[in-house]
Amino acid sequence: MDAVYRALVDIVGSDYVSVQPEDLFTYSKDLGTSEPGKPDYVAAPKTTGAVSRILKLANEHKTPVIPLGGGMSLAGLALPLKGGIILDLKRMDRILELNEKGRYVVVEAGASHGKLTSYLHKHAPRLMHSEPGAPPAATIGGNLAIHGQGDLAHPYGFNSDMIAGMEVVLPTGEICRIGSCAMGEKWYTLHPLPDLSLFLGWNGSTGIITKVSLKLYPCKKIREMDIFCVEDENLVPEILYELTHAGMAGDLVAMSSKLPPYSDRLHMISIALSEDSRQEMEFKRQILFDTHLAKYIREGTGGISMAGRDVERPMVSKASDWKKGGGFEYVGAILPVTDYPECYRRGAAISAAHDIPYTVLGRVIGAGHAMMFSWSYAFNRADEQSIAQARKALHETDDLVMELGGTIWKPAVYGQKLLLEKMDANTLQMMKKVKTMLDPNAIMNPGHWEVD
Amino acid sequence: MRISDYQYADIIHRCFRCGYCKFPADWSDVTNCPAYARHRMESWSSGGRLWLIRAWVTGEIEWSPYLAEIVYACTACRNCVEKCPLPIADNIVNMVVAARSEMVERGLLPPAVRDVLTRVQQRGNPFGLPAKKRGEWAEDLRVEKFSGQDYLLYIGADGSYDSRAQQAATALVRLLEKAGVSFGILGKNEADDGNDVAFMGEEGLADYLMEQTIARFRELGVKQVITLSPHALYAFTAQYPRLGGDFQAYHYTQVLSGQLRTGALPTPQSGGLRVTYHDPCFLGRWSNEYKAPRKVLGAIGGLQLAEMERNRKSSLCCGGGSGNCYTDLLGGSEESPARIRIRQAAETGAGILATACPNCLVLLEDAVRAEGLDDKLDVRDICEVFCQASGIPL
Amino acid sequence: MHTLHFDENKCLACEARDCLTRCRYMNMDAQGAAAELKKLIAGEDSPVLHDCITCYACEEYCPMGNHPFYLIVSRQEALGISPLPSPLVRQGIQMGIPFRGEPEIEKVDGLALNMGVFSGLSHLISGKLFENVTPISTDSRKMFHYFCQLMYLHYGKVSVINERLEGVMEAISAHDADAVVHFHDECYGTYTSYAPAFGMAVPFKSIHLFEFLHDRLTELAGEIHPLGFRVAYQRPCSSRLSPDKHVFVDKIFDMVGVEHVERQYKNEEALCCGSTIMPQKRPDSRRFCLDIQRENIEDMKRAGAELCIFNCPACMQTLWKQITEYGIMPIWMSDLCRMAIGEKPA
Ligand SMILES: Cc1cc2nc3c(=O)[nH]c(=O)nc-3n(C[C@H](O)[C@H](O)[C@H](O)COP(=O)(O)OP(=O)(O)OC[C@H]3O[C@@H](n4cnc5c(N)ncnc54)[C@H](O)[C@@H]3O)c2cc1C
Ligand code: SF4
Ligand code: SF4
Ligand code: SF4
Ligand code: SF4
Repeated sequence: MDAVYRALVDIVGSDYVSVQPEDLFTYSKDLGTSEPGKPDYVAAPKTTGAVSRILKLANEHKTPVIPLGGGMSLAGLALPLKGGIILDLKRMDRILELNEKGRYVVVEAGASHGKLTSYLHKHAPRLMHSEPGAPPAATIGGNLAIHGQGDLAHPYGFNSDMIAGMEVVLPTGEICRIGSCAMGEKWYTLHPLPDLSLFLGWNGSTGIITKVSLKLYPCKKIREMDIFCVEDENLVPEILYELTHAGMAGDLVAMSSKLPPYSDRLHMISIALSEDSRQEMEFKRQILFDTHLAKYIREGTGGISMAGRDVERPMVSKASDWKKGGGFEYVGAILPVTDYPECYRRGAAISAAHDIPYTVLGRVIGAGHAMMFSWSYAFNRADEQSIAQARKALHETDDLVMELGGTIWKPAVYGQKLLLEKMDANTLQMMKKVKTMLDPNAIMNPGHWEVD
Repeated sequence: MRISDYQYADIIHRCFRCGYCKFPADWSDVTNCPAYARHRMESWSSGGRLWLIRAWVTGEIEWSPYLAEIVYACTACRNCVEKCPLPIADNIVNMVVAARSEMVERGLLPPAVRDVLTRVQQRGNPFGLPAKKRGEWAEDLRVEKFSGQDYLLYIGADGSYDSRAQQAATALVRLLEKAGVSFGILGKNEADDGNDVAFMGEEGLADYLMEQTIARFRELGVKQVITLSPHALYAFTAQYPRLGGDFQAYHYTQVLSGQLRTGALPTPQSGGLRVTYHDPCFLGRWSNEYKAPRKVLGAIGGLQLAEMERNRKSSLCCGGGSGNCYTDLLGGSEESPARIRIRQAAETGAGILATACPNCLVLLEDAVRAEGLDDKLDVRDICEVFCQASGIPL
Repeated sequence: MHTLHFDENKCLACEARDCLTRCRYMNMDAQGAAAELKKLIAGEDSPVLHDCITCYACEEYCPMGNHPFYLIVSRQEALGISPLPSPLVRQGIQMGIPFRGEPEIEKVDGLALNMGVFSGLSHLISGKLFENVTPISTDSRKMFHYFCQLMYLHYGKVSVINERLEGVMEAISAHDADAVVHFHDECYGTYTSYAPAFGMAVPFKSIHLFEFLHDRLTELAGEIHPLGFRVAYQRPCSSRLSPDKHVFVDKIFDMVGVEHVERQYKNEEALCCGSTIMPQKRPDSRRFCLDIQRENIEDMKRAGAELCIFNCPACMQTLWKQITEYGIMPIWMSDLCRMAIGEKPA
């Protein structure tokens, strides 16, 4: 056995290190269309200290380290492009502190979103965090490392805007805290200290997030979803403008999909509403439907297609089975709300060209400041050609985003390249400086956000 | 090597590896698949296992002892079936069992599995003990042999051979007598029910055992069976009809709750026992029986039932299903499922952890010792708890 | 092309013109009704076409067995007057498109029980009452092949019904059952009222669920334990298409020993559940819908109902939450019957 393996066993215990071909196989693939990338080792540390020791070890051996949370990015972001050690962080899953009145919770980064939601439901039912629509096994740290967005995106923005403190392990092994927690044990704010949050959105290429303080928000007793439906995609931006002006919704998502047939060429704007009483709910509905949207209803261009549906955990995974093939991947992009019509039309066309039923979805971020779009492509995992086709559609969609002047969200390597090519030279240089300073041996998730 | 006739070749790729299957119903953690909870590496989760099986079937990876261990470490607890949102859900365990069948056929088994199957084949029980000793546990009890009574009481291998499970079998006999149920046992003429063997992928042996039991039941005119073990219950109700078994089977908690309803079984008093109950997978998720055991416990006056957070459909498997209680592939760690389960039980503050399955009983009792909690928490079968409260000497 | 057989002579001879004068959503006297009917018959625009909330009631009110509501919907379509915003019309029409392969049709020996587009409720039809029927359309992926299409009466779209209905009838009749019990009033109404009114031949015999339940309860009379509840009944719009079967509601209630409470919105005076009104284009439709829902439920409450009995899944879906919040328990008719014979509700 080699020295790295022995050292890893020493750090995390033999049960939680593997070089078995089966494990290397398992960790070489993710859910999407990316080509596999094999690690040399898999290790599942339990503590920040262990992470730190592993990073020091990796620097000694110049071995890449790829942090892995739920592995749900779909875009191959935690697949080793250059071998190395996969750090499966899901054993670092404790919920460390809940400050209910202070509205934050401190968690280890490998805790799953499902776990946190369930925990809050039991221990602080009047609070919630912004959970992404991803499968519940997605981790807090992984989601922040790619600037995810969840069901509070409209009122409060990106999930990475909702943190009040972080503990990170730098690529060289030092453990650092960022925010008020750097001066003591209070994890209530990142500001107004000098900005050091150099880890959000970096795909783990600048360090490993090990603890996070997440801001919590009021969770009301009654949570329901209404759906407003329009036929003309050009109306979507103005309707969202009305809705965000009223500012009464939680999550706001516009979506159109070929299947099931009822949503074909229609745009379903789902409006999450939550309140503590029926009266408050009805008050909101009066403002939204009887005031802001009344015009569309009267003209007959928009209608309430669903009212008062209970909010359930989204099961987006089901989309993977449209081709009875256990796979789908989407391109995510951040664009202005006004681009919805174009995003829909062009996306549906790409899908049609590849014989994949289209799904275009846009989630409002902030008060309509941007929208997270996704274009999903289902494929059949057992059919190489179908995978290749989906991959092609994904790349065309990446190109489309660039053409529209958008930003690709959680880009796969192909998309990262497009973005870096287009990026301002000085910005690029700054990224490079940050990266080189933090990760002198370039061991952290190499191949991602790599500036030549 | 490619496994050309793998039965689920047309659907196994449809697992998305999205991991819903790791959770209990309330999504409280990723640790409700016992194999994954023990190892915390993706290969040991339901999705990881399915992807590996597929890779083996398509020839992308080779068989290895480690692969076989991963495949056999699934306890067939059915948590994943409950949680998977995709249409493959109902077939997840079948896909694993089919892979085991391929391994059986090729003689590619983990040694512990091979040994268990050999013992069943040679001796008719997983312990490898002589078949003629199967009835010894009941010799001092003077239980009637079955000869046309209303019910046949089917004990199974654990209750017959394992000293701890024998205590439960004894308690059950006493309780049924007290409840005025007319029953008899088979003693040394009982054959293995074949449930675990079937889940271990040895179909031929399972069918042989099942047919043997069916023939014996038919010969004796058995119409209704009470089982000590939920594993036997599941085999009798779900697998035997396919082979022509035409008798009714009940778990003993179902029969007892009936006797309680009619008043045939008097309700005892307990001095404020605090009890938590572990749902065995083959009684709960497989046979959808969550109420009867709770009714029986609830009938004990003054008994406080303190549920664990993970109960009913969300029960965490003790780690013993589909032969794992004999092969112990998930043992040997603080994170062995039975030990996690003991810690969950201890959290309720209960003094007794009750269950209704001899496999769970044995594994949980070992685990309570390993956790050093045996002075705080007694592991008991429900029938033992009931006997004790009723003052029936055991 | 199928067209409505509407007998205008009957209207000429009709005095009260109940169809419109009794309409609770329009305020019209016999004279006004005569004038508007004339326009409708002539194919001219009329306020009726805009104000109708599509509650189906006039089909029942008409004492002559004419089809005023079908006439209204036919005219709405002809004149392009849609009660609903156009995206919802498209959504509705697209919803009925089957897209998951053809159903496998198995021959049925004896009675079939047609779940129509409510395969998801197949768990309701279990237990003794349903022992001797064979359910069809229990696969939700294939259920749109069994969709009676009548919903499009709310959409101003008889053409969609007429286009698709024959195919649906073919699927049902292919099961070759002796007769078909329809789980939903709407299916029963389609095959016994709508199709004949449009001159379509129906290749199977239909039985109303309530009549079937009544007969089964009669057979199982010895096992009934009177339940003793005070109940209200949420009568669905499509029940107006089979008013002759509405009597079975009280017959069943009598058999299972529950009291059907007296209230303002009972029987012919029933109020629409609101699901179709909520999204209509008329100004303030949404609030109007909430108002009648509240009135309806408060009426149940005042009358002392403990349970509200449903048969229509749309009514159930629309009202269960509110009804529960008023402390009344919503329950399916089939479950009520099952409880009476000692079974657990589904
Ligand atoms: C069906 C489906 C729906 C989805 N919907 C949404 C959605 O609505 N919103 C949304 O935001 N996302 C969504 N996603 C994308 C993705 O699943 C989530 O963003 C998820 O939270 C990512 O977390 P993870 O733990 O799975 O990360 P991983 O995939 O494990 O990792 C993502 C990246 O972060 C790095 N990383 C992981 N952990 C750390 C750490 N602790 N420190 C530093 N770097 C780390 C990895 O190396 C990798 O580069 C969806 C995915 C699927 C499959
Ligand atoms: S078994 Fe189901 S839930 Fe689990 S990973 Fe596979 S598809 Fe997802
Ligand atoms: S049956 Fe149980 S042990 Fe097996 S994969 Fe499913 S959850 Fe895990
Ligand atoms: S439709 Fe009926 S009620 Fe109306 S006027 Fe004609 S006959 Fe009279
Ligand atoms: S359907 Fe109802 S609302 Fe329309 S005219 Fe007839 S009774 Fe009036």
